[in-house]
Amino acid sequence: MAKSAKTDQEPSANLYEGSIPVARLKDKDIYRHVLAAIVDNEAGVLARVVGLFSGRGYNIENLTVSEVDRDKQLSRINLVTSGTRQVVEQIKAQLNRLVPVHTVHDLTDDGPSVARELALVKVAGVGEKRVEALRIGDIFRANVVDSTTKSFVFEVVGNTEKVDAFIELMKPLGLVEVSRTGVAAIARGADGIEG
Amino acid sequence: MSAEALATENDAPAQTGDRMQGARIILKALAEQGVDVVFGYPGGAVLPIYDEIFKQNRIRHILVRHEQGAVHAAEGYARSTGKVGCVLVTSGPGATNAVTGLTDALMDSIPVICLTGQVPTHLIGNDAFQEADTIGITRPCTKHNYLVRDVEQLASTLHEAFYVARSGRPGPVVVDLPKDVVMAEGTYNQAPHGLQHKHKTYRPRFLPDAGAVEAAVKLMAGAKKPVFYTGGGVINGGPRAVAALRELVRLTGFPITSTLMGLGAYPADDQQWLGMVGMHGMYESNLAMHDCDVMINIGARFDDRVTGNLNFFSPGSKKIHVDIDPSSVNKNVIVDIPVIGDAANVLEEMLKVWKARKYQADQTALKGWWRQIEEWRGKNCLRFDQRGKIIKPQYAIQRLFDLTKDQETYITTEVGQHQMWAAQFYRFNEPNRWMTSGGLGTMGYGLPAAIGTQIAHPDALVCDIAGEASILMNIQELSTAVQYRLPVKVFILNNQYMGMVRQWQELLHGGRYSESYTDSLPDFVKLAEAFGCVGLRVGDPAKVDETIKEMVSIKRPVIVDVLVDQKENCYPMIPSGKPHNQMILGPDDRAGGNAISGDGLALV
Repeated sequence: MAKSAKTDQEPSANLYEGSIPVARLKDKDIYRHVLAAIVDNEAGVLARVVGLFSGRGYNIENLTVSEVDRDKQLSRINLVTSGTRQVVEQIKAQLNRLVPVHTVHDLTDDGPSVARELALVKVAGVGEKRVEALRIGDIFRANVVDSTTKSFVFEVVGNTEKVDAFIELMKPLGLVEVSRTGVAAIARGADGIEG
Repeated sequence: MSAEALATENDAPAQTGDRMQGARIILKALAEQGVDVVFGYPGGAVLPIYDEIFKQNRIRHILVRHEQGAVHAAEGYARSTGKVGCVLVTSGPGATNAVTGLTDALMDSIPVICLTGQVPTHLIGNDAFQEADTIGITRPCTKHNYLVRDVEQLASTLHEAFYVARSGRPGPVVVDLPKDVVMAEGTYNQAPHGLQHKHKTYRPRFLPDAGAVEAAVKLMAGAKKPVFYTGGGVINGGPRAVAALRELVRLTGFPITSTLMGLGAYPADDQQWLGMVGMHGMYESNLAMHDCDVMINIGARFDDRVTGNLNFFSPGSKKIHVDIDPSSVNKNVIVDIPVIGDAANVLEEMLKVWKARKYQADQTALKGWWRQIEEWRGKNCLRFDQRGKIIKPQYAIQRLFDLTKDQETYITTEVGQHQMWAAQFYRFNEPNRWMTSGGLGTMGYGLPAAIGTQIAHPDALVCDIAGEASILMNIQELSTAVQYRLPVKVFILNNQYMGMVRQWQELLHGGRYSESYTDSLPDFVKLAEAFGCVGLRVGDPAKVDETIKEMVSIKRPVIVDVLVDQKENCYPMIPSGKPHNQMILGPDDRAGGNAISGDGLALV
């Protein structure tokens, strides 16, 4: 299981302050990182990113891609990956090397950020189970977006852990099907990332 | 109008706004990018481009015999000139045949533009005749690739392709050209000036961070056991990088070693030169890398052939890594001071800082370090015994070097034992003289690369040092050499085995020589004659010199079949999975507990 990334700075005996401390890179623990890449919205760009991950054996836990600026023809790829610090640094460098990639941001390392995903969760059941599903849906602030006499479709929004937890609770209550969007993430604060 | 008059008229440069057919846009763009030769092979999808080639004299086309040969020839051309090599192949099999060459160019960072034909846009995806998903297939084996869907984008895409191929860390770029786009009329656009600064995303860093250079030079100045470890990045950095490296090495008095790719950047005749590093590198180079306290990597990438077992790689050193590609840094080896930038700029900045700060190397420490290195040199790790009636392969290359070193000579190789012996025994004093498949290890590279090199240097001696197995992988290119009267020399060290495979089977697999012996080899002398080349054979050590002299004197393509010792192994050697300081020096050295075992068996 991936740990969330450390935010504290290890003491560094750096010979050059611009470099990543050797001790940090030698850390063998696995961390989960949320990356955001701004890319040209052109045919094949997603294949380049996905091919990079499969070709070099990197892990993709989650990936979303969508156009974010029609005038500039830019898309944003949000990517959740996990690996040692050395591997995550490699991933960033390799992504940056792709010609249609404008910028790569590490939302985990570069400061606080928020991440959300949306899931549509279909639950079928009658009687007490159906009431319980509705009650838990309320607690999770899930909307019911479709209903029959024996089923609901919940729309639940939150971070990955919240969505996971909701789905887990629905299992004994008649979970039928899950559709998730994957993570959209953005840095907190007033600053935007450059395209 | 006569064909000649037509050609002259068609050779004029095109201006922005000129209207013309796509095929002509391609030729004009190549000319504007400085292309004077294209290596290629025609086919249905590229016929309009070939028609345009017919109508002009500005760009020369060299007809190869296989598309893989076209890419290797372009690589040879690029590596021996520092320019971008250019390839033109048809759709489908033309493109798939080019894939090995493209991968080779990617691994060795060689700038190549490969134009591939494609079925018309309305047929793409329909499994049309000679259709292949070239963009999909070449995506992981190129630096970048483009599919041109609109003739109005053709000129600008081609200019951008050249910019991407040659900028930053160079590499191959494919431009896929559907036939309808090539046949449509469109507008020519000249390359924008200073494209490098204007490209919206691809802007590699050329100038290093000043703080990084300061820190690096300070570390160097305090070193007691330093070593320069240089690679292909210095060659790609061009004459400025080579000149600055030579000055810096002499100024500091530090020893220098290099990867296979970097040979020639520093003169092999110089006292500070230790020889090549790595699996079949010099004993003194590997020991110096293992024991150093400061390693200065300039344009090398800590490849596994160089590092051996990473867990024991140069354990006591602080490492500086100069590279234009940030993804090379901290990939295999974690370094203390990364310096991102072009080798020429970084080396010049290093020189400036060294001089401005009036740094002095620690002479006492350096003297001790050199004394240690001399001790390692004393092992004479390349020694071999040329006794008896059988030619030792090392002897053949040593004589080739001695008899050709005083003229302008370019050496290419295939892949295997002969390649390593060539790297060990042919001593390069200038860059761009040595063309070998380093990263990918492509058998069949040497002959087409020699052809591309000879095209670029028509009056020089170009010699492919080959093995009898490798040469058969692209032997058809002899026909190209004959057609264009290219006096390339193919110097085959013939031991009837895939020598490196045989060596590993001897060391790792109990001498079970599974499929590494080549039965039914052709008679290379007759083969040469059948192609219209000259064939020579030598099996007597006493006749090696006269055979080489004869080969050099013939101004036509020559194959020399050198019958060498079948049992000779390539030493010294770092067994796979072992650290630098556990090199095997020779066959007698194996008893020392150095046999490959455990994890090493699983390594390549």
